Amino acid sequence: MNDMFEIVISVLLVIGGIFIFVGSLGLARLQDFYTRLHAPTKATTVGLGSVLLASMIYTYATEGYITVNVLLITLFLVITAPVVAHILAKVAMHHQVKMIPRTRNREMVKLARKQLPPTATTGVEEDGRLP
Amino acid sequence: MLDFAVIFVGIVLAISLLLNVYRLFLGPNASDRLLALDTMYINSIALILVYGMHSSTTLYFEAALLIAMLGFVSSVAFAKYLLRGDIIE
Repeated sequence: MNDMFEIVISVLLVIGGIFIFVGSLGLARLQDFYTRLHAPTKATTVGLGSVLLASMIYTYATEGYITVNVLLITLFLVITAPVVAHILAKVAMHHQVKMIPRTRNREMVKLARKQLPPTATTGVEEDGRLP
Repeated sequence: MLDFAVIFVGIVLAISLLLNVYRLFLGPNASDRLLALDTMYINSIALILVYGMHSSTTLYFEAALLIAMLGFVSSVAFAKYLLRGDIIE
């Protein structure tokens, strides 16, 4: 394996490791469930994608072919991670998990628990912001 | 250089798994624990891939694929149980 491959694989691996670590740190440190849901579902997906890319290049550099397994894992992960995050958010709303006080649009949770659409608004709130 | 990177990433992933275990034990309610489990299987896929690079074999990729599929199915089944009280209605 020549140096170019080695440098690319190492950089991708370290980027992936750091992203996964940041995701897990967010899972351990953030304040309530809804903010904790953000950290692993985004950061860990990017990190694992980077590690998978590194292992694909590694297989190409050592064996001389590109494995389909790794591509399959990437595809599967990119499809399934948002699905799991969505279902977990629904579970948390169903069980009325506590939110931090700064959460915006808290009144919409009641409608979302009943699986109704949000009520119609005029488009702009009183202080000029978009709803 | 590659050996050093592989070992560094292995250590980082192990620390991440420990952080997930911390949340798994401490999590105030079931959805936190479920999120911690979901993150743990993603991290273990990465750890298996890094170990495969360390021992220079492609044999572990199938195991990673299996963990990816079964982890998703188990997460969704458990979330469905928490949401509806039943898995298949």
